[in-house]
Amino acid sequence: MDLDSQTSEPVIEVTDLKTIFHTQDGTVYAVNGLSFQLQPGELLGVVGESGCGKSVTMMSLLRLLPMPPAEIVSGTVQFEGKDLLQIDDDELRKIRGGRIGFIFQDPMTSLNPVFTIGFQIMEPLREHLGLDKSAARDKAVELLELVGIPSARERLRDFPHQFSGGMRQRVVIAIALACDPKLLIADEPTTALDVTVQAQILEIVRELRQKLGMAIVWITHDLGVVAGIADRVAVMYGGFIVEYAHVSALFENPQHPYTIALLETLPGTNADGEHRLLSISGQAPNLINKPNSCPFAPRCKFAFDKCREQNPQLEMRGDDHKVSCWFDVEKNEARA
Amino acid sequence: MLNYTIRRLLFAIPTLLVISFIIFIILDLAPNDPTGNLPLTIPAEVRAQIRESLGLGQPFHIRYIKWLEQFFINEPLNIMEHWWGAPIGDSDSRLRVTSWMSRSPVVDLIVERMPQTLWVVGLSYLVGILIALPIGVISAYKQYSWFDQIGTFISMVGFSVPTFFTGLLLIVVFSVNLGWLPSIYDTTLKVTDFSSFMAQLRQLAMPVMVLALFNAAQLSRFMRASMLDNLNQDYVRTARAKGMSEKVVLLVHVLRNSLIPVVTVIALGVPQIFGGAIITEQIFKVNGLGQLLILGIENADIPLVQTLTFIFAILIVFFNLIADVVYGMLDPRIRYD
Repeated sequence: MDLDSQTSEPVIEVTDLKTIFHTQDGTVYAVNGLSFQLQPGELLGVVGESGCGKSVTMMSLLRLLPMPPAEIVSGTVQFEGKDLLQIDDDELRKIRGGRIGFIFQDPMTSLNPVFTIGFQIMEPLREHLGLDKSAARDKAVELLELVGIPSARERLRDFPHQFSGGMRQRVVIAIALACDPKLLIADEPTTALDVTVQAQILEIVRELRQKLGMAIVWITHDLGVVAGIADRVAVMYGGFIVEYAHVSALFENPQHPYTIALLETLPGTNADGEHRLLSISGQAPNLINKPNSCPFAPRCKFAFDKCREQNPQLEMRGDDHKVSCWFDVEKNEARA
Repeated sequence: MLNYTIRRLLFAIPTLLVISFIIFIILDLAPNDPTGNLPLTIPAEVRAQIRESLGLGQPFHIRYIKWLEQFFINEPLNIMEHWWGAPIGDSDSRLRVTSWMSRSPVVDLIVERMPQTLWVVGLSYLVGILIALPIGVISAYKQYSWFDQIGTFISMVGFSVPTFFTGLLLIVVFSVNLGWLPSIYDTTLKVTDFSSFMAQLRQLAMPVMVLALFNAAQLSRFMRASMLDNLNQDYVRTARAKGMSEKVVLLVHVLRNSLIPVVTVIALGVPQIFGGAIITEQIFKVNGLGQLLILGIENADIPLVQTLTFIFAILIVFFNLIADVVYGMLDPRIRYD
């Protein structure tokens, strides 16, 4: 993938996205002014702990969150010349499933148990592409073969419970790909699967990406997966993107203390030959507090007074590498 | 599925035999006297003779076996004769289950009263379902909206206010004060033309409304709860992410799943239709099965009460089976093999 072609029109451009949840305990600030964009064919890996706002961000893009309690307070999502947060429901529906495909985390529950796989794949085909029944069926067979489901035509009549977890996730991917979307959002698509199946799914996605050339957002908390498939990585913490860089830059030269800590937690053999599993001490932030300070400050070993008083902005630090931190890890001193 | 159904039907036979035996014991143990309602001037020895002639002198097990024979052999033979129009064997000397109070065969009494009950109770069940399902769906979709609040309030009222109260209230309002509707159900009314059809509708209106309110109150809560369960499921989000319209999401994806438990509840409620609505039938003077049962109990008419109760038991067992079969048809995950 040619990532230097920054001049080409981005597939999707998210600016200052803010999503909050109104709960009984108060307002939860789940997404706090995120901005990112994807080039055609780019794969953006989004990593972070559970509850850091990864899924909420992506669901906000397509307004898939239940509103209320969720509310998208500000931001724009430019996609094919339209702001997805402003267009009406009918227009949005054409984009959902038609131009943007969505893969969800748990394949065991994300398919409707009482309808056949065939029905569920053919639904978007007929809705968005206007295919008739037999054309939709042919296309569905094609899609199932694409994601590697054997004897696809016969399996169209099967119900979700007749598929294994890995096979179901392939079906979910087939549904997401049904209408040749320009953008695919995959929300932890392999988290619920065992490692061998996960490898198969990753292989399928890698292949499909080359074949179909779509942009992909891949949400995960598995850094190994990100290293394997992503072009760029956005590291999220407490509803912010704290570091945004090319995948090799991120792994070779992490700038944000959270990213550094995350990489340290990767199981592996360190220089001393010890096999010790490390963790980041402390708790993930409670998003119920309005973000007026760096959300990582309480767990950060570099934190100083400024971190607890002011929230750092995501700023360009070096070549195509954005970090939001008051501390310069490389120079081991506070930034000017 | 067929194997399963046949197996269940075979299992039903011992179940029903045990039920019939228990009913028989309970009725026998009850301090009833079929002569209790006769004039006090009848002397005790005559009463004893009456009881003797009704077969009460026989030992318990003989009476039970006689009843079994009458119910399971004689009555079905009689029905078959009726269908074919030709006598089977010695039909004149065959003893039928006979009511003590009216001296007429119990089955004939039931056949006489069945239409009224099916009209009133059956129609109210149907109306109740037709009201309840949309209310349940909308209440769940617009949870805590004013529609949902009103629906919740009405179903609470419908469920907690007894039918004898709503029935009397309707009579006071619509029959006594407004004079729009008759308070007594006229069984002899034959629907022959438009005006008699309207008369039938008018006399059906109040009992059906009373019972439909009660049924709808219950069912709409079930429907709402089931919809709410499903609305939060992941597959609903998937359907939305596929770009399906809210109508399709709600009425195809969610409704189909939500109906599974509700249909079971509906099927299990069907025997109640045949059981009649005892109180409502009394209030509106509908001479249906419920009223027949009450009459039988009041007059210690043991064969009548025994037979009616047992028929209800058969229906309940049968509709339990139907509910299970329908469940299996609606939910592909359930297979009975």
